[in-house]
Amino acid sequence: MQFKEVAAILKEKHGDAIVSQDETRRDPFVVVKPASIVAVARTLRDDPRLRYDHLSLVSAVDYPKEKPPTIEVVYHVDSLSLNHPFVFKVRLPRESPKVPTLLNVWRTSDWHERESWDLMGVEFEGHPNLTRILCAEDWVGHPLRKDYKWPVEYHGVPCGPFAKEGVNIPPDWEQEGFTTRKE
Amino acid sequence: MAPTEIHGDVRTEEFLLNMGPQHPSTHGVLRVVVRTDGELVLEAIPHVGYLHRCFEKCSENSTMKAVVPYTDRMDYLAAMCNNITYSLAAEKLLGWEKLIPRKTTIVRTLLFELQRIASHLMSVGTYGLDVGAITPFLHCFRERERLLEIFEEISGQRLNYSYVYPGGFQYPWPDAINKKIKAFLVYFEDRIKEYNELLSYNGIFVERTSGIGVLPPDMAADYGCTGPMLRGSGVARDLRWDQPYLVYDELKKEGVFQVRYYGDRMPNPADQMVKWELGVKGDCWSRYMVRAGELEQSRRMCLACLAKLEKLTDADKEAGAVSVIKEADKQYLAPKGQEAYFKCENPRGELAYYLVGDGKANAYRVKARAPSFNNLQVLTEISRGAMVADLVAIIGSIDIVLGEVDR
Repeated sequence: MQFKEVAAILKEKHGDAIVSQDETRRDPFVVVKPASIVAVARTLRDDPRLRYDHLSLVSAVDYPKEKPPTIEVVYHVDSLSLNHPFVFKVRLPRESPKVPTLLNVWRTSDWHERESWDLMGVEFEGHPNLTRILCAEDWVGHPLRKDYKWPVEYHGVPCGPFAKEGVNIPPDWEQEGFTTRKE
Repeated sequence: MAPTEIHGDVRTEEFLLNMGPQHPSTHGVLRVVVRTDGELVLEAIPHVGYLHRCFEKCSENSTMKAVVPYTDRMDYLAAMCNNITYSLAAEKLLGWEKLIPRKTTIVRTLLFELQRIASHLMSVGTYGLDVGAITPFLHCFRERERLLEIFEEISGQRLNYSYVYPGGFQYPWPDAINKKIKAFLVYFEDRIKEYNELLSYNGIFVERTSGIGVLPPDMAADYGCTGPMLRGSGVARDLRWDQPYLVYDELKKEGVFQVRYYGDRMPNPADQMVKWELGVKGDCWSRYMVRAGELEQSRRMCLACLAKLEKLTDADKEAGAVSVIKEADKQYLAPKGQEAYFKCENPRGELAYYLVGDGKANAYRVKARAPSFNNLQVLTEISRGAMVADLVAIIGSIDIVLGEVDR
């Protein structure tokens, strides 16, 4: 089934929930309202014409320079029997990114949502165990945000490019006579 | 009054057992917190993240070409597959799909399948080791060594190849290697039978691994399991078959690539491997047998790719001799606002890269969908009620690579 047909089915069932659709991308997608994402996901999974039973990936992308500043959560789904991959997104305000969890639709999203919370700070409402998964439990901040500041140290271990004062601060390479490569 | 003592009950006190992160049978730095009751596993909760190396953050800060060495370190047992998948995703983002010469595509397919053999040899061998069989491990590594030699001659590396780049290869393909690969593949045919005699149909091994860690097909799909995990449960899903990329479409039409497992599609009765009844029960042995069966499947595909390389015209050979296409020599920029998602069938399952461009040489966002990350999630479900000793066999049958889980 082509993207247009899937989008048409979604529009027919959830008219208001579909904010926009974009077919100019390599993988066309629809944007869904955060409040109705669970209903849309259930339609995608249960409709006999769609049968999206495989959630491939949940990823979050940070756009601080957009107006208003946005965090996008992107869901890539696929059907094991019908083979028609599909992409849908939600756009969330960057100050308080909150979206209902899809844990009850696809169990795959358990660890994926924990990862998005850990690295990007997206809050999945209703997730029973929304804790850090890749970073340490007492890590501060969400590293994949574009304005993330490296900590100076972690439990006494200097980290990041500019660690403790006087330690690990790189010199100005050009002044030292090195050539620097610029992209 | 309730009885204070129950006779004939094997239950004892609950005990919390910490397995890993430094445990040889966890295949890396995986920590499993096991709640046991006597010898029974009540709950096994995997804790990951000990090998987190910020792949995604690093990728945002380096050019798209410079990300390739990072992808090696994700799944270090199938580095070539990671290179190829990332390159295909980057080419999709840059719109170069039509520019790639035919020879490059065939060679990539050949490398993909050779890497699959190398990875499955590791998996089959160490799985035997997990459950106490040392000999098959040594036999598997003997053949894997020959493969690593081939890869070393191609790329100069034995494990982290960084050979395939967006647009082509790091070095031109050495044509003299084709003869060597063919000699290995011919020799390899009888070795597969040897593994089957030694391990696959060994009574002790079958007793040890069948009937434990049973994963029902609907649960496998719900948890996002892919690859041998999903096929072991009897779901006919293989991205090479279902959504062909590279030259798998041709291999499918030529009949070299056949689906060899039960599912909603019937297997070809002429095929000798049908009698293996791959992936019916979804237990540890089924998952093991899917991998053992794919050794032969990949061997045939490699031979078909070599035949394709021989049949190429001189013009095609010349076009493919250039290591990188001309577009890549210029400074290439990821198109603004464009995004691409590309998935391949890794030895461990569905590996995918999601790339977002914003008009610079760096991708704005790189996200990897690691198959092991999804396959590991289901461990809690399939190990419930198993014996503690079986937990090692169950973890081994998932075939995780922690470099990929933690990225």
